[in-house]
Amino acid sequence: MSATSTMLYDHPGPRARIRNRLLTVGFSLLTAALLWYVYVQFDEKGQWAPALWKPFLKSATWIDFILPGLWGTISAAAVAMVLALAFGVIFSVGRLSAHAAVSVPAGVVVEFCRAVPLLLMIFFLSYGVPFITGAPFPAFWAVVIGLTLYNGSVLAEAFRAGIRAVPAGQSEAGYALGLRKSQVMTHILVPQAARSMLPVIVSQLVVLLKDTALGYIIAYPELLQQGVNVLSANYGNVMQAAIVVAAIYIAINSVLTWFAGWLDRRTTRTGRTTVRIAPVQDLGTAAA
Amino acid sequence: MDIFSQPDVQQAVLTGFAWILKLTGASGVLALVLGVLLAGMRVSPVPVLRGIGTTWVNTFRNTPLTLVVFFCYFGLYTTLSVELSSDLDLNVFWLGVLGLSAYTAAFVCEAIRSGINTVPPGQAEAARAIGLTFGQTLRLVILPQAGRAVVAPLGSILIALTKNATIVGTIGLAESANAMKQLINDNGNVVIPIFLVFAGIFVALLVPTGYLFNWLGNRLAVRR
Repeated sequence: MSATSTMLYDHPGPRARIRNRLLTVGFSLLTAALLWYVYVQFDEKGQWAPALWKPFLKSATWIDFILPGLWGTISAAAVAMVLALAFGVIFSVGRLSAHAAVSVPAGVVVEFCRAVPLLLMIFFLSYGVPFITGAPFPAFWAVVIGLTLYNGSVLAEAFRAGIRAVPAGQSEAGYALGLRKSQVMTHILVPQAARSMLPVIVSQLVVLLKDTALGYIIAYPELLQQGVNVLSANYGNVMQAAIVVAAIYIAINSVLTWFAGWLDRRTTRTGRTTVRIAPVQDLGTAAA
Repeated sequence: MDIFSQPDVQQAVLTGFAWILKLTGASGVLALVLGVLLAGMRVSPVPVLRGIGTTWVNTFRNTPLTLVVFFCYFGLYTTLSVELSSDLDLNVFWLGVLGLSAYTAAFVCEAIRSGINTVPPGQAEAARAIGLTFGQTLRLVILPQAGRAVVAPLGSILIALTKNATIVGTIGLAESANAMKQLINDNGNVVIPIFLVFAGIFVALLVPTGYLFNWLGNRLAVRR
């Protein structure tokens, strides 16, 4: 971060200090009023009733619902991430190929997967494919394949940018040594690009983890399904369950986001990378 | 492809994409306004405002959109009986717009904030030196330049928003993804053409949008 956002205002003088204090008090009161309003609304509908919150203090709630859901989320995310990485590497290299017979199809696949909503792919896999194969399509694989195609194509574009950002002298030196095109790619370009890609990969993991929540729509037992749907069917506490589950998602993703930032700072500081690329923007269900 | 010559099928496809476009339009405008306000808050001299902005961004950026939309429906509507319209479809539509805008605003805010950081610090210092206040500096000097730098990222956010609009189908709006699911269930013999038509419409809408915003972004970028 450059410093423009810290240069926007002067060191406050006496009048600015008073004004800032007034604004602070004003907005604090406003926020407090809003929170109070929410509290009262909850209260009116009886949402603070201990019976609705108590289930979260019982170990059975966690063991029977939330932890299995969390496992569903994490296992789908982990498998999809590994597959998406492979997909991303293959298609980014394919798109950079000198042969149009390889680069054009790779480009078409990547553009297609990036433009089609993930939900559409998951619906097609879980409702459409059974008509063709005559057997039900497992929800786990519908989620994983959908996530792989979408995130893989986003990663492919990021990798391509990373590979193209490696200074031309690197591949020229490789060719001067007599390496073939594939050797230059695997020995010189990909390893250097990969190091600078690490923060991007971790931020994409956040996107992927959030998108596993789409599994809820096709009844894959992930955190949202287990924590909010199944749990609240037992205790009638949709609001409370949604709040707890949101807190779990926020906690996990905040850690991952922090980790991505740390990796980014670390690779920058050690100066071991020759490539600097802008992080892919975290756009939730879709970065295009 | 015969089924797409049936008027009721055409109607379902059109209605589905009309909802997507309406959701995108309404949420896009709201998210842009809210996002710029949040970005302003996050760079303001008042710590409370910075805190509110940061909390908003961290909450919505780290929560799945499915959960946000779910919360808007089951939390706001079912539990707290917040009703945004007496018409059932319109009520779901506006609840969806609420969720989509709140979520997308977090991304708009971060894009604008990174745009602010592409403006050379000298611009802000010069603005302060001629006596502009914080609001004037932001409005007259920084945001116009930052806005031009983030045209392409805002385009990506718009594309993401269009695709995310399908998630509002979860709470019962007959948008494109739900329309496709219905058609697939009714016409099990032609599932691949159905998917390709729906996917193709998205590709036809979004790939040119992406190129348009990249082109605009290059054209509008401030040369330094």
